[in-house]
Amino acid sequence: MNGVHDMGGTAGFGPISPQSDEPVFHEHWERRVFALTLAMGAARKWNIDTSRHARETVPPVQYLSSSYYQLWFAGLRKLLSAAGLVGEDELASGTSLRPPTAVTPLKPEDVASVLARGTPYARPSSAPARFRLGEQVRARNIHVEGHTRLPRYVRGRRGEIVRVHGTFVFPDSNAHGRGEDPQWLYTVAFTAAELWGETDNAIVNLDLWEPYLEGA
Amino acid sequence: MAGNDHGDDHHHDDEHGLSGMALKVKALESLLIDKGYIDPAALDRLIEIYEKNIGPRNGASVVARAWRDPAFKAWLLADATAAIASMGFAGRQGEHMVALENTETVHNMVVCTLCSCYPWPVLGLPPVWYKSAPYRSRAVIDPRGVLAEFGVTLPKSTTVRLWDSTAEIRYLVIPLRPQNTEHLSDDRLAALVTRDSMIGTGLALSPDTAP
Repeated sequence: MNGVHDMGGTAGFGPISPQSDEPVFHEHWERRVFALTLAMGAARKWNIDTSRHARETVPPVQYLSSSYYQLWFAGLRKLLSAAGLVGEDELASGTSLRPPTAVTPLKPEDVASVLARGTPYARPSSAPARFRLGEQVRARNIHVEGHTRLPRYVRGRRGEIVRVHGTFVFPDSNAHGRGEDPQWLYTVAFTAAELWGETDNAIVNLDLWEPYLEGA
Repeated sequence: MAGNDHGDDHHHDDEHGLSGMALKVKALESLLIDKGYIDPAALDRLIEIYEKNIGPRNGASVVARAWRDPAFKAWLLADATAAIASMGFAGRQGEHMVALENTETVHNMVVCTLCSCYPWPVLGLPPVWYKSAPYRSRAVIDPRGVLAEFGVTLPKSTTVRLWDSTAEIRYLVIPLRPQNTEHLSDDRLAALVTRDSMIGTGLALSPDTAP
């Protein structure tokens, strides 16, 4: 979706202001939001693409004025509600009003192994890759209404395939319960001149799935 | 829910000093415990791991070894996921790793313009600036301006290569090895490798200036 989360190349946000000796979490509640999100994610009622979409569909003014973990909190509430694990009335009251859905809670002794295992997103290929290393491609000028990982700043722009990664779960499908629909994933290199009309010698690389690309 | 989850955190502290967000998060945690969805001890364990075990010292040890051991560096560049896993760093948000080597002519820098993708097993959780709008918006359009804010000025002849983490591939930058470090042990080398140097917004420290 063409949302405010798609920030590449936009202006006006001010200086970067890195903090020296920054703690992992700034507030205690941030620790709990982080851990709640990971622990509920382990129940596998949604996937990483669903959760990214939950955050990027937070209304734009709220998105831009929220801190990072405020966004995670808003996203988690949406996910819990959409999955039917809690009702809006329960979220509002903070009290359980109905029997729970069957969920096996993540156990403390399993945390380390669940994290170490991760969730690989590579899948076996069922068709040959359409593009090859060194080939010129164009990012399609498409405006997907739902979740997508094709940023606006490369749409319609020409680049070169610099890596072929294999087939990976396709977020545009996976975020919306339409299955993993694995697609070839490439790294595409765009010159700064192609993207921004500048003569700086920078190169911008993006990981783009085959349906985002066309021959150039 | 829109509009109710933020913005009032500094105005509604209760008598225990808990902010609005702290109270809301506590309420949600209690609800999820009531429902039987959450074991709070698992939350404690998750927090402990990311505060104590997983962080940029992991990545620094990978880089130090790559600097000292050409065979390991070759493996890291060919199959970063396996090479990094061999040092015990693997899993969530590092399932598919790629290592990027800085040279005298190429400087790599990593961003996630769409959210906050970051290689957790080697760098830990990202700093606030990495997840925030100023960096996400400007890194791809003004990399040299961004680098200048981090105190880094590169020769004009150096090509800056940005890597926008739009998929599940996670990137680790191998910064240039500083001069006069041939005699250093892995531990001393790793002490020169800053978090920012592995994102590409910094350079490795010189042994003369390192603390």
